[in-house]
Amino acid sequence: MRRYFGRKLLIYGLTFFVAVTINWMIPRFMPGDPVQSMLSRANVAQPAAVEAMRAHYTAMFGLDLPLWQQYLNFWGSLLKGDLGISIWLFPTPVSDVIVRAVPYTLGLLIPSILLSWFAGNRFGAFAARRKWLDNSVLPIGYVLTATPYMWLAILLAWALGIVAGIFPVAGAYGFDLQASWSWTFLGSLAQHWFLPFASLFLVAFGGWAIGMRNMIIYELEADYVNYLRALGAPTRLVRRYAFRNAILPQVTGLALQLGVLVAGALVTEIVFSYPGLGHLILQAIQNQDFFLLQGTFLFIVIGVLIANFIIDVAYVLVDPRTRTGMGGAA
Amino acid sequence: MRNEALHFALRNRKLVVGTVVIAVFLVAGLAGPLMFDHGPNDYVGPAMAPPSGEFWFGTTTFGQDVFAQFVYGLRATFLVGVLGGVLAAAVGMVVGFVAGYRGGWVDELLNMLTNIVLVLPALVVLLIINAYLGVRSIGVQALFIGLTSWPWAARAIRAQTFSLRSRDFVDLARLSGVRTPKIILREIAPNMSSYLFLTFILLFGSAILVAASLDFIGLGPTQGVSLGLMLNNAARWSALQLGLWWWFIPPGAGITAIVGALYVMNVGLDEVFNPKLREM
Amino acid sequence: MALNVTDLRVYYRTLRGEVKALDGVTFSVADGEIMGLAGESGSGKSTLAKSLIRLDGRMRHVGGTVELDGKTMPLSDDTGMDRFRFREVSLIPQYSMSALNPTRKIGKMVGELLESRGERPERAELERRLELVGLSKDVLDRYPIELSGGMKQRVVMVVSTLLNPSLLIADEITSALDVSSQKAVATTLLGFRDRGLVTSMMVVTHDISLVYQIADTIMVMYAGRLAEKAPADVLVTAPRHPYTKQLISALPEVGVRYEDRRLTGIPGNPPSLLKPPGGCRFRDRCPLAFEQCAEQPPFAEVAPGHFVACWKAE
Repeated sequence: MRRYFGRKLLIYGLTFFVAVTINWMIPRFMPGDPVQSMLSRANVAQPAAVEAMRAHYTAMFGLDLPLWQQYLNFWGSLLKGDLGISIWLFPTPVSDVIVRAVPYTLGLLIPSILLSWFAGNRFGAFAARRKWLDNSVLPIGYVLTATPYMWLAILLAWALGIVAGIFPVAGAYGFDLQASWSWTFLGSLAQHWFLPFASLFLVAFGGWAIGMRNMIIYELEADYVNYLRALGAPTRLVRRYAFRNAILPQVTGLALQLGVLVAGALVTEIVFSYPGLGHLILQAIQNQDFFLLQGTFLFIVIGVLIANFIIDVAYVLVDPRTRTGMGGAA
Repeated sequence: MRNEALHFALRNRKLVVGTVVIAVFLVAGLAGPLMFDHGPNDYVGPAMAPPSGEFWFGTTTFGQDVFAQFVYGLRATFLVGVLGGVLAAAVGMVVGFVAGYRGGWVDELLNMLTNIVLVLPALVVLLIINAYLGVRSIGVQALFIGLTSWPWAARAIRAQTFSLRSRDFVDLARLSGVRTPKIILREIAPNMSSYLFLTFILLFGSAILVAASLDFIGLGPTQGVSLGLMLNNAARWSALQLGLWWWFIPPGAGITAIVGALYVMNVGLDEVFNPKLREM
Repeated sequence: MALNVTDLRVYYRTLRGEVKALDGVTFSVADGEIMGLAGESGSGKSTLAKSLIRLDGRMRHVGGTVELDGKTMPLSDDTGMDRFRFREVSLIPQYSMSALNPTRKIGKMVGELLESRGERPERAELERRLELVGLSKDVLDRYPIELSGGMKQRVVMVVSTLLNPSLLIADEITSALDVSSQKAVATTLLGFRDRGLVTSMMVVTHDISLVYQIADTIMVMYAGRLAEKAPADVLVTAPRHPYTKQLISALPEVGVRYEDRRLTGIPGNPPSLLKPPGGCRFRDRCPLAFEQCAEQPPFAEVAPGHFVACWKAE
C-alpha cells in the first residue's frame, strides 16, 4: 500500500514540478516580450501603476540574472504564495483574484462530476444488452458525449434562458444583489447555477453512460459470468456482479477525464459569464494578464492533482485486488 | 477472414451511418468552398439576415455569409483533427511500442513520462502555450494538441504490446536476430492494426473537440475560420441576445455530428473486429 | 440410467452456413459411471459438454433428446434449463482459474450464488467440502486473486458439486496443469464419485492416458460423431475402431503432454463439418476403408458395453 501511494505521490510531485517549469519557461522562451506587452497594456489602462509594475516584474522575472538563478527565484516566490499582481484587477494579487473565483468553479464541477458519474454509470449498466434501450437511447449518449461543452451551454442559454426566459444566462447572482446569506441571494445563486451545471452534467452523463454500457458488455462475456450462468444464477445476480467489476475501470476513467471535465467547466463558465476560473482565464487572455493566466494554470494543476489523489484512495477502497496485492497477504 | 470482416462491416449500422456522416461533411468541406467567389470572412450581404435562398445559413451581425464560414470551417476542423490525431497516434505508438517491448527501466521511464502528461490537464497547458503565441495557425495548434493528447493511447498500446511480446512469432523473430524496430514494425504493429486504427479515430475526435474549445476561448488561429472560431464570434458579438440562432447552431451541430460520427464508427468497427461484441 | 442422449444434433451458426459440430450422437451414462470423453479439437466433444449445460449464443439445438434421471432437458430453453443447472447437472469449466468473481470474497460469492438459487448456504458443509479437497476454511474469506491457480481450481470443484448433482461435466480441467497437479485433480474427481457427492461424471479431455486412470468407460468422438465407447481398459488395450487404434498407438508414456505430439501418426485432416461428406467421416484417413464406408456405419454394440461405429469392427 505504501509503495502504491509512494509511486502515485512521486508522479504527482513530478507533475507539479513540470507544470511549474512550463510556467517559468513559456514566457521566457516564447517569441515576443510578454512584460513589454503587459506594460504597454497597463500604460493605457492605469498609467500610475506602470512604475510599480515595472519594479515588480524586474524582481519577479529578474531577467538580468543567470537562468538558473531566475528559476530558483521563481520557485522561491511561488513557495511564498506570491503569484504576482493582476493587471486586469490591478493592484490585487493574483492569488486573491483566484481564491475569490475558485468556489464558483468547484460549485459547478463537483456536483456535475459526481452526479453525472453516478447517474451515467447506473443508466449505462441498465441499458447494456437491453435491446430497445440500447438502440434508442445510446445514440443520444453518443451525441451528448460528442457535443462541445460550450455549444450545449449556448443552446441551453438560448432555449431556456433567452427564448423561454426561465433561467438567467449571465453571472452567478442577480446584478442588483449583494453577497449575503439571505434567501433571495441563495435563490438567485441557485437559479444562475442551474444552467451551467445542467450543461456540464449532460455532456459528461453521455460519456459515462456509454463507457459503462461498453464495459458491462465486456464483463458479460467474462469467464466468471459464464460460470455463474452455467450454474443457473439469475440475471439479477450476474448483472450485479458485472456492474461491480465494470465500475472499477470507470473509477480510473474518472481520473483520466478530469482534465476534459475541467476544460468543459472553463468554457461553460465563459458562456454564462460565470465568475469562476474559466471567466478569469478569458479576462486574462483578453487583458494580456499573463500573471493571472499562469496563476490560474497552477491552481488548476494543483486541483487536478489533489482530485487524482482522492480518486486513487477511492480506487483502493473499491478494488480488493489493489489492497491484497499491496498488503502482501499470504 | 478478410471477407468476413467486410461482410460484418457492410452490415454494421453504426459503422455505415458513421462513415456516411463523415463522408458528407468531408465532401461539404472540400467542395463547398468552391461554390463561393468570396472569402468566408468577407462582408457580402445584409447584416443579421436569417437563412434564405441566397444565404443558406443566414448572415452574421456584420453581414458575413454563415454558410460560407461553415464549409470553410469544416476544412479547418478536419485538418486539425487529422493532423492532431496523426501526431498524437504517432507519439503514442512510439512510446507505447518501445515501453511495452523493451520493458525494464525504459518502460519505467516512459511510463513516468506518460503518467505526468496524462495528469496534466491538456487544455489548460494548451491555453498557456497559445496565449503566448502572437501568431497562431492550424498547424501549430494541431502540433501542440498532438503533443499533449497521446498519453492514454500510449498506455493502451503499451499494454497490447506487452501481451504480444512473449508470443511465439515474436520470439522466433527475436531469436533469428531481427532488430527491434523491425520486429515492432513487422510483427507487433500488424497484429494490432485494428486496435491502432480505433485509437486513431478516438484521437481524431478528441483533437477536434480540444481545438474547438481553444478557438472558443479566443486562442484559435489568428487567420481564417474554423467551427470553433464561429462559436467564439457568435458568443462575442451577442448572437444569443440578438436571437441569431443560425449563427451559433450550425458550427456546434457540425462539430457534434463529426465527433459523434467518429465515436459511433469506432464502436461499429470494434464490433466488426471483435466477434464477441457482434449482436446475433 | 443417469443420462440418456438420443440422436443429439447441435449446430453452430456461422456466416458460411451451419457447422454440424454434433451430428447425431446416441449414448448413455449409467449411475455411478465416470465416462471419459476423448477426441481431437473439433471432434465435437466440447460442443457435447456445453450442450448438456448451456448452449452458447451461436449454438442451435437442431434435434435429438437428452434425458437426465428420466426427465427431458429443454436444451434450447435457457430459463427452463436453469432448473437442471447446478442441482442436476453441473460443470467444472476449463477456465477454472478465472471462473470466480474477482471482486467478491469466495465465501460471500458462494453464499450469494446459493441464495439466488433458493438454497440455504450451510457454512459447516461448505467447510467440510473444502477440507475434502485439502483447503482450509480461510479461503472463504479471501479474494480469488489471493489463491494460487491450483487452489482456485479446487474451490471451483467444491462449488460446482455443492448441490450433489447427478451429472458432473469436467471440461478439459487438467490441460493447464502440471503432471502432479493433474494426478491430484484426477484423484479428487474420483473421490467425489466414491463419496456420492456426484452420481455420474463426464470427463472431457484430449488426453486418454490421463482419463484412463479414473474413468470406468471411455468414449471417443470423431468429426461430430461417436467412434467408439467401451470400458476404459478394453478401449485402451483392445480398441476396435481404426481411429481409436491409431489414437492409442500414438499414445506416449503416461504423463507426457498431449499438445507435444498432436496425433502425428494419423495422416490427413478431419473433414470440414460445414458440409461433411456422407458415410463414415473417417474413411479418407482410414487404412481399412472400402466401398461400404460410403454408408454411415451404426454405433453398434459389438460386445457388452462396447459400442463401435465401423463396418469392420467385428
